[in-house]
Amino acid sequence: MTRFEVVTTGESSGTDQPTTPKNIPHRGGAANPSAKALQDKFSSAIKRVDVVWGETTVYVEPGFVRQAILWLHDDASQRYDFLSDVTAVEYRDPEVPLEVVWHLRSLPFRRFIRIKAQIPKGAPLEIDSVYDIYRAADWLERECYDMFGIRFRGHPDLRRILMWEQYKEGFPLRKDFPLRGRFSRSEQLRQALAQNPEARYSMEELSIADAYAELPDEMRERLSKGERTGE
Amino acid sequence: MANRTVEVELSTTGLDAQGRPQRVPILTDDGGGGLALQAPPGIEPDLEGEHMLINIGPQHPATHGVLRLVLELDGETVVRCIPHIGYLHCGFEKIGEYRQYNQIICWTDREDYLNSIGNNVAFALGAERLFGIEITERCKVLRVIASELSRIMSHLVWLGTFCIDIGAFTPFLWAFQRREEIYRLIEKWVGARLTTSATRVGGMAADIPSGWMDGLRQFIRTFPHTLDEIDRVLTKNAIWVGRTVGLGVMTPEEATNWGLSGPMLRASGVDYDVRKDFPYLDYETYDFEVPVGTNGDVYDRYLVRFEEMRQSIRILQQAADRLPDGPVNIDNPRIILPPKSKATSEMESMIHHFKVVMEGPRPPIGESYVAVESPKGEKGYYMVSDGTAKPVRWRIRPPSFVNLAAIPKMVEGHLLSDVIAINASIDIVMGEIDR
Repeated sequence: MTRFEVVTTGESSGTDQPTTPKNIPHRGGAANPSAKALQDKFSSAIKRVDVVWGETTVYVEPGFVRQAILWLHDDASQRYDFLSDVTAVEYRDPEVPLEVVWHLRSLPFRRFIRIKAQIPKGAPLEIDSVYDIYRAADWLERECYDMFGIRFRGHPDLRRILMWEQYKEGFPLRKDFPLRGRFSRSEQLRQALAQNPEARYSMEELSIADAYAELPDEMRERLSKGERTGE
Repeated sequence: MANRTVEVELSTTGLDAQGRPQRVPILTDDGGGGLALQAPPGIEPDLEGEHMLINIGPQHPATHGVLRLVLELDGETVVRCIPHIGYLHCGFEKIGEYRQYNQIICWTDREDYLNSIGNNVAFALGAERLFGIEITERCKVLRVIASELSRIMSHLVWLGTFCIDIGAFTPFLWAFQRREEIYRLIEKWVGARLTTSATRVGGMAADIPSGWMDGLRQFIRTFPHTLDEIDRVLTKNAIWVGRTVGLGVMTPEEATNWGLSGPMLRASGVDYDVRKDFPYLDYETYDFEVPVGTNGDVYDRYLVRFEEMRQSIRILQQAADRLPDGPVNIDNPRIILPPKSKATSEMESMIHHFKVVMEGPRPPIGESYVAVESPKGEKGYYMVSDGTAKPVRWRIRPPSFVNLAAIPKMVEGHLLSDVIAINASIDIVMGEIDR
């Protein structure tokens, strides 16, 4: 078996061991140098740069997010090789647009940056996927879709992950979704009991092995078109 | 059906019934060089009907919770793996939007329940950055002790259940016996074993009781013996090695790109540890090593976690030696509850008590993402505040969720029995994955 070379974090940072941040100002701390580099590279696509509690947030036009993240990942002076998180924020104020948030880390430079894209009110909740840049985005984007209903263009398998595929109540983390759910407890129980357990297998799973021959023609046809989820 | 007699050899041949390479660490090509293990080639047409769909879980002891794996098998070889999660989904993040910051701490217990006190610390650190609070020195050291104790606790559960999955029972008992001692310590400190809720924004729920450090020191003194014992039983055990070496290999590049963190990433040879690279709680002042693997397989993950327990003991020793006297909580009556005696006797304290409980402390508008090194990996809490006492968004970055996403990549091409070993090596906690 091949043995790997150990990859050392902070190899490009050129500084000593990092220390615990202390007395961080609320606003206006030192910005991550990558923010400036992004502004130079993408100029008008970068709407603004915020430093809150020492963390740099770069607001990017939704159409350019994928390009910006790809550049951060590939460029030798940035090397953001670790995707910590993909999530979204919806504010209580209905006027404030919904934000999609990426947390990126550069392990060689020991940097952390937050990329945000604001989806304008009324626009469809869609944004480009970063799945082909970071495989970590696979489940994180699925969860974001599941909870907020944001469609990630280019994700190969965007379906619900925490809620079940037949879940019809909407997207739980949206502010218009009530804390207790849309249906009463008894109605939820009734729906759960009325479900066909067979439906818990997706079409992709049913296509495996023996079951394939026994599927109805209509389902086989849908499968041949590449559909993966069953209802 | 007639009985069949099959001749077996005690040495592995490295080939399965179809003549494909199987689960042997070192294969050589014609030139004698090393050959990486590949998943078996695509389905052969005449065998197409032979594939089988196997459903593991969600109620299965080897899936460590309510994880469901749908496997497509060719003989005993996994061709495809489709994981299903969400059976334990409780909507923690949604509930958090309706709770004050100190109330959310009780939810962090229930999320990664093997590391509950570590989650409390992580959440409090995130909230404190959002509030702009600097905690006291004593509180920092106490939180380090709490985090490292819970790391050992979580690794002991992982070790014990991993042994059981593979078929060793004795180390499980040794591990759980020592874990019980930590639970007793935690119980003496905060009154609860599993659902600790030990921290508050700006401090801890309670200081350690008198005499508590003696118990900790005794644990620090005696625990390495148990580690040595388990080490002797497992590390060079032929069965253990045979069941773990060469399984579920992730290269450093793959592991980083798939977002693995914690021991999973370090076993693949990337020495990313949040405590070293993005330190918190003054971890840079403690002297400890970060173990790194070189093969990225299940065995390396075992070695890395095992060594982490020894390093945690070193940190605990240093923390116990340096624990300073002084207050645990910050001095700010708008954030920290007054002592009970004052709240019932002094007017001003009573008002503060009422305000903190009924209205809750309010952070300024802002957001923070604070990540800590949990036993499972990088655990981050992302909080967005709009200036009210309840967060607009509380997001958990669950390390085992991202680690588990790589399971199809790790199990494909391996045997069904190895799926259990690989799954155990990820160290998942479904409470954290489903939240």
